[in-house]
Amino acid sequence: MEDYRQMWSELGLDLEAHDGLLAVLPGIYEDTILSQEGRPEGMSYFDFVFSEIHGLRIKELYDHRKAGGKVVGTFCTYVPEELIIAAGGIYVGLCAGACVADEEAEKYLPRNLCALIKSSLGFKLARVCPYIESCDLLVGETTCDGKKKYFEILNELQPVHVMELPQRKEDSDRRLWREEVGSFVSRLEELTGNKIIEEAVRGAVRIVNDKRRALLRLAELRKSDPPVISGRDALLINQIAFYDDPERLTGKVNELCDELDERKASGTGIAGAVRPRILLSGCPMAIPNWKVPAIIETSGAVVAMDEMCTGIRYSRHLVEDAGDMDGMLDAIADRYLKIDCAVFTPNQERLEHIKELVNDYNIDAVVHHSLQFCDPYTIEAFRIEKEIDVPFLSIETDYSQEDVGQLSTRIEALIEMISSPDRA
Amino acid sequence: MSVGGLDIGSRTIALMELEQGAIRSSEVVETTFDPMAQCQMLLADREFDVLVATGYGRHLAQANFADSVITEIKAFGLGCYHYFPGCRTILDIGGQDTKAISLGTGGKVADFQMNDRCAAGTGKFLEVMAAAMELSLEEMGSLAMQTQSEVKVSSMCTVFAESEVTGLIARGIPRPEIARGLHEAICDRAVALLKRVGVEREVVFAGGVARNPCLRSLLEDRLGLSLLVPENPQIVGALGAALSAL
Repeated sequence: MEDYRQMWSELGLDLEAHDGLLAVLPGIYEDTILSQEGRPEGMSYFDFVFSEIHGLRIKELYDHRKAGGKVVGTFCTYVPEELIIAAGGIYVGLCAGACVADEEAEKYLPRNLCALIKSSLGFKLARVCPYIESCDLLVGETTCDGKKKYFEILNELQPVHVMELPQRKEDSDRRLWREEVGSFVSRLEELTGNKIIEEAVRGAVRIVNDKRRALLRLAELRKSDPPVISGRDALLINQIAFYDDPERLTGKVNELCDELDERKASGTGIAGAVRPRILLSGCPMAIPNWKVPAIIETSGAVVAMDEMCTGIRYSRHLVEDAGDMDGMLDAIADRYLKIDCAVFTPNQERLEHIKELVNDYNIDAVVHHSLQFCDPYTIEAFRIEKEIDVPFLSIETDYSQEDVGQLSTRIEALIEMISSPDRA
Repeated sequence: MSVGGLDIGSRTIALMELEQGAIRSSEVVETTFDPMAQCQMLLADREFDVLVATGYGRHLAQANFADSVITEIKAFGLGCYHYFPGCRTILDIGGQDTKAISLGTGGKVADFQMNDRCAAGTGKFLEVMAAAMELSLEEMGSLAMQTQSEVKVSSMCTVFAESEVTGLIARGIPRPEIARGLHEAICDRAVALLKRVGVEREVVFAGGVARNPCLRSLLEDRLGLSLLVPENPQIVGALGAALSAL
């Protein structure tokens, strides 16, 4: 790590605070991820990427910028990665998953606000995130009210391009979103000095589609029973997919899937083969937020599938190849507008998708995860509970550890309930 | 076969001893700051073929001496069903948690709801409020029974409610009215949880707070039914833990 200090210092990190952060991460990773038994060997790549989270990948971004390239930071699955690649840029997902400098963030933001927003600003203010400091442009979107207002504040510290995301999927909304995609192209061209041309978009669509296909292949393999991979490992891969080099990641996910194919064929599962199967649904879990899946999986169940932005919501739809430049931008806009975030109204697709996953993945119970103060997801949880046929547990939580005892009780009780042999 | 059930709660630790399936003895002690020492004290001179732990200290107990663990939700289901085989719904208000449990056949948990992290509507809430009014828990309960008129306490957050109570005292509101308002606030919260699992007779009220007669009568009025309360509502979890081993 010593080699990176010069780079971190050039990026303007607070080295002392950053050392403090790096000192705690390996322990959390060891306890939550590495301690799992029966992990596939192919996870070693992702363990390595995580171990170099503020090192090697940052060095790649650093070298890219030294060579004149640009880095674009995103906070949402709605930002078209294809366009960033087509402009010769690198995208990185910036959502934060740990409480850092809440007291600093609370100088700008109210206490009762979603942990993801507050900690993202906390990382920025504490100068401990080399990713955001490596960005030449940040891209926000008008998903929820908290993020919208947060981007106004962030823009005073670092330039933010905000995409206006509609909240319905009518024709007028599609037109608006298509225009937003066009404006994003212009903004990227201005940033990089590169004209975004048809061939580049086509190539970028292929790269990102391949990545999504690999993640979907992984998702498909999670139908196996006994489970061939834990929910925590699958989540880790999806989290890493937001910031790793897409082509390299695709190769590594596919290699892992080859191994999982063999595991499936031979009936080899993760430790504790007979486990109730949980669908984890709701708000995203950014690194290193593994709290809920860790409780579920150390209580004897497996997160057999997830329905989150850091999961299937990110990889679910592909961009269709649609001819010329305009056609491809239409296809990109359409693909992103299919995402079923709870900020949309109505949002029947998400409910239908959850029902489908419950059925396809042979799910015994759904655990719904809302970040506290995230109204759209918290409210949708009520409707989902009413409309699905399996036991349902709704959790509202944040990044702190203070509720782990109560969460354990609720999750263990759910698992006892679905494990009971004569359950009605 | 001798079976022990140990319920390590936030306020009390209860031990239940079963011999050939029948209750042999039970004991309740304070949790204190050293629950493991309290457990060791309870367990000294007792031998069990199986010891099952429940309550928030269950995992610590398993790491040290218990053979297995179950959650207090399952334990209360089994315990209440043992006392009242007609039981279909349980309200358990303990030191730091409030739970509404709906039972299927044979005391099996069919659904449950539990408060989130804060102490809203729990025994701890009543304790903090009693302290704010310089009353014991029992005194606050009796005072609340003395009046029909109540003042509305809107905060369910223990911290905010304490400020609210301080404000009410400063406005000269009589203590019985404040006490009544606090009990009403807990009652509202408990009824909301119960309605989420569905209220089906018979309804059992258990956990330490079930000893509070004021809350019992408020709940009965609100629900329009009589609640069944075990003779010692604090040992139901320990009983359920022991029964789970049979």
